[in-house]
Amino acid sequence: MDNQKFLVYLAVMAGVTYLIRMIPMVLIKEKIKNKFVLSFLHYIPYTVLSAMTVPACFYATGNTISAAVGFVVAIIAAFFERSLLQVAILSCAGVLVTELVMNFI
Amino acid sequence: MEINSFKKGLKDGIPICIGYFSVSFAFGIFAVESGLTVLQATLISLLNMTSAGQLAGVPIMANGTIMELVLSQLVINSRYSLMSVSISQKFSNKVKFFDKLVISFANTDEIFAVAHSNSGSVGKKYMYGLMLLPIIGWTSGTFVGGIAGNILPTIVVSALGLAIYGMFTAIVVPVAKKEKTTALCVVWAIFLSCCFRYIPALSIVPSGFTVIICAVVSSILFAILAPIKEEKSEETENG
Repeated sequence: MDNQKFLVYLAVMAGVTYLIRMIPMVLIKEKIKNKFVLSFLHYIPYTVLSAMTVPACFYATGNTISAAVGFVVAIIAAFFERSLLQVAILSCAGVLVTELVMNFI
Repeated sequence: MEINSFKKGLKDGIPICIGYFSVSFAFGIFAVESGLTVLQATLISLLNMTSAGQLAGVPIMANGTIMELVLSQLVINSRYSLMSVSISQKFSNKVKFFDKLVISFANTDEIFAVAHSNSGSVGKKYMYGLMLLPIIGWTSGTFVGGIAGNILPTIVVSALGLAIYGMFTAIVVPVAKKEKTTALCVVWAIFLSCCFRYIPALSIVPSGFTVIICAVVSSILFAILAPIKEEKSEETENG
């Protein structure tokens, strides 16, 4: 990507991300009490991550079938509360094995 | 009791560093595939320190507007504001204004969770130690991944494409398993996300916006229908 455009976008992206973390840490000394705000912020990480994951993950590998297998492996591993690293590696392994098998068929 | 050992911070950061390296390795491959240079991808990781934000940000950098970029980062990273408020209450009095300017930079989900799991207050030396290795792991992983993407066999690159989504799944599923309302909220967000992808009239909405819309609409809906209980708000801080 063209460096000039990249640096502008990078500055904006990094700036926004930093301010979101920095301003509340420096300014807010009290605990947030508003139930609606707390509830909203409770759900946000999970809605963001799940909306980002489905259906995009099905198009993240060589083909939809291997991606679906890898994703199911991830769900099972996560259900049994394996660590982030283990779930990530197992899901990739699921894709790899599926694609290897499909190459043989 | 105050925990303020730089060395203990470093040690607690090792597992985070390893996990970050492997996930950002996949991010490096993805970013270079999206048209960025290895150096550009590395710079993004060094300055942002956020997996979901970066993953959403890269396609917007290629095809989107600044406004889309700002909104997507605001929504996707909004959870950090709560973590920042929460973690700042664990700091000892010796953590001053300037320290907070530095520490807040690396307030990621995992660093937050580890810092929060200490009993008692934490000092600045501990926090500096804790953030150092994860920053190095996250940045160097992207660099190595960006280079290796061109060398590794296609099938391995293809498999690594799922790594970040695997990590997201590992964050969401255990919580959805324990909390029925979060599970329902997640299903609803996924349903909306699929609508935007597969309903032709809706698929014209830029992908950067669809994540924002799905997340905000679902979270507002469930904040109204199923507000968290007081004792649960403590759990949120560990999320």
